[in-house]
Amino acid sequence: MKRLSEWKFTSKEFAQTPEKFLSGHRACAGCGPAIALRLVMKAARGPIIATNSTGCMEVVSTIYPYTAWKIPWIHTAFETAAANAAGIESALKILRKKGRIKDEQVDVVAFSGDGGTFDIGFQGLSGAVERGHDFLYVLYDNEAYMNTGIQRSGGTPHGAWTTTSPAGKVIPGKAEYKKPIADIMVAHYMPYVATASISHWKDLVVKARKGMEVNGPAFLHAFAPCPRGWRSETAKSVEIARLAVETCVFPLWEAEYGEYKLSSPSKVIALKPERKKPVEVYLKTQGRFRHLFKPENRHVLEDIQKEVDRRWQKLLKACEIA
Amino acid sequence: MAKVEQEIVPLNGDNAVAYAVKQCDVDVVAAYPITPQTIIVEKFSEYVADGEVDTEFVCVESEHTAMTCCITASATGARTFTATASAGLALMHEMLGVASGCRTPVVMSVVNRALSAPINIHCDHSDAMCERDIGWIQLYAENSQEAYDSIIQAFRIAENLDVMLPTMVGLDGFVLSHTLENVSILPDEAVKKFVGTRQVPMVMNHQGKLVPFKLDPANPLTIGPLDLQDYYFEHKRQQEESMRKALDVIKQVHDEYAKQSGRRYGNGLVEAYRLDDAEIATICIGSTAGTVKTVVDELRENGVKAGLLRMRAFRPLPVEDIVSNLSGKKAVAVMDRACSFGGNGGPLFHEIRHAVYDLPSRPKLVNYIYGLGGRDTPPYMIDGIYKELQKIAETGEIENKVQFIGLRE
Repeated sequence: MKRLSEWKFTSKEFAQTPEKFLSGHRACAGCGPAIALRLVMKAARGPIIATNSTGCMEVVSTIYPYTAWKIPWIHTAFETAAANAAGIESALKILRKKGRIKDEQVDVVAFSGDGGTFDIGFQGLSGAVERGHDFLYVLYDNEAYMNTGIQRSGGTPHGAWTTTSPAGKVIPGKAEYKKPIADIMVAHYMPYVATASISHWKDLVVKARKGMEVNGPAFLHAFAPCPRGWRSETAKSVEIARLAVETCVFPLWEAEYGEYKLSSPSKVIALKPERKKPVEVYLKTQGRFRHLFKPENRHVLEDIQKEVDRRWQKLLKACEIA
Repeated sequence: MAKVEQEIVPLNGDNAVAYAVKQCDVDVVAAYPITPQTIIVEKFSEYVADGEVDTEFVCVESEHTAMTCCITASATGARTFTATASAGLALMHEMLGVASGCRTPVVMSVVNRALSAPINIHCDHSDAMCERDIGWIQLYAENSQEAYDSIIQAFRIAENLDVMLPTMVGLDGFVLSHTLENVSILPDEAVKKFVGTRQVPMVMNHQGKLVPFKLDPANPLTIGPLDLQDYYFEHKRQQEESMRKALDVIKQVHDEYAKQSGRRYGNGLVEAYRLDDAEIATICIGSTAGTVKTVVDELRENGVKAGLLRMRAFRPLPVEDIVSNLSGKKAVAVMDRACSFGGNGGPLFHEIRHAVYDLPSRPKLVNYIYGLGGRDTPPYMIDGIYKELQKIAETGEIENKVQFIGLRE
């Protein structure tokens, strides 16, 4: 099978690419999702329309009468990012056919957080992908409902404290493990699925561009720390995101038509397993995992390490490395 | 514009709606099947499969997504349509408010059906009545002919630049949707010309520049932003203003259409039937009006001054027409095919009662809740209502202000 082409550019060229998600928005200091959005928008190949589900990024970027979007943008509701994109793409297709709009390629990109993707918006996402709409869906994953004040989602990791999975006297944080959302999207037999992290920006933008260029639906799972919700230092968001990759808590890979392939930052670890850091190094950077370091919760740390290793091995197998 | 030649075709209500949509050059149809609306999406799928329409048909996974796709397609500049009923409309509820708030002129047929629970697939108006305050224009058809005519008119009303509001056309489940009727069909060209191509208004963008109100890479707009204490209220006020303007637009579009079709439904907002000199009257919505008209004719033959006011538009509420038509009547029965549990009568009763409040001499008003879950509404039942009205007119006494009729009690 012919692999998708990769966007080649120099850092200088990328720096000179015009911004489409502008500064002046009201995201918090150290906001990971804002970095993800900016990078994805800079990867645009031409005319582009964006849509957002309800969430932090919608709220911080469009307080009327201000907007941080230099391109057409629409928001309708929380669970509707994929359906929004489906409607836009369908309209563009028929209006172009009827000659009512310019005959040019317009990319459609949908942004949604983990709440809007793992949970409330999953049905709409699955439906839009099944129907094969041509759009890029970007999940900016900060692992909880941050806009409403740090509640657990299907994307919150095991053991994490949130306001609805508190670290109590009996239950030490979230009991369940993170839903493997990107694998579930691969199971849709969709053309392109990838994971990315704000720490590996070049990898992220290349994947975003691929997702736009591919015909049909593409899904980009972007790991994006939230200092407010993770109880982490605002200056360390990128560093923490990097540790997630280096501990294999969040490995980087892509799957074209269901064929998995490790991306360089994770492939390096696969080839030299001694480079794989223990999860504690990552967990220690965040207050949401603080309670796990009490002696009575030691077993949770061990469980997390075991699960990370198990999923990593499964991924290596899928990539035909193990 | 002169009246045009029309073809008479036997169609049920759903097929009449599908045919109208086929003729209206709709750009995007996003829909999901639900009884008794399913025939509409099935029929339209056939038009698509046979290449008879130039429409992007999105066969979605839920009504919630159907409405969402219509909203964003409409915001991209497309003419959009969907159809639903009952639970499907209830599932759309959240997005109905987004459609009206984003000023996307989506047109939808609602094949009126009872709400669960208990689950029931037959006609009443509880589905649409729940959406009274969601910002949609609501029109209701008496028969399949009117359903066909109203869908065509609805695109002109919704897309009118002074209105820009989503519009639903109600037709009674099974009574109309699944019943064959001879329907006069306008020629394709006449309909195409009547509805025209969708236009979008010019709006001011965040830089103070006038741009077309749509998602257009050449003129970027942010649509559906966060709107807080400082602006939200004004935007809601504008929505109400457009609803007011819709009253005239509905009448104008109805008149213009009547010139070609030769068919009138009152003034487009309400239809008064033998009401001028009537002393007693009923008010209803939808197909029941057909039965009521038969009863009124019989009563008139017997010298009873009976009449009917049929509400074609429920939102916007044609208050002036209600007031002028009910002024001087002795007793009026409002027929509700929906129940407002714990309220002072059914939803239509609330509206009519408050509309006539300012009349110097108000008619005696009573309310009948009827036909829930498709319960039959035979002529003798309507006749019984007029008998009660005669008694009230004579004595001036009301025994029961709100009654349930046609059920075991």
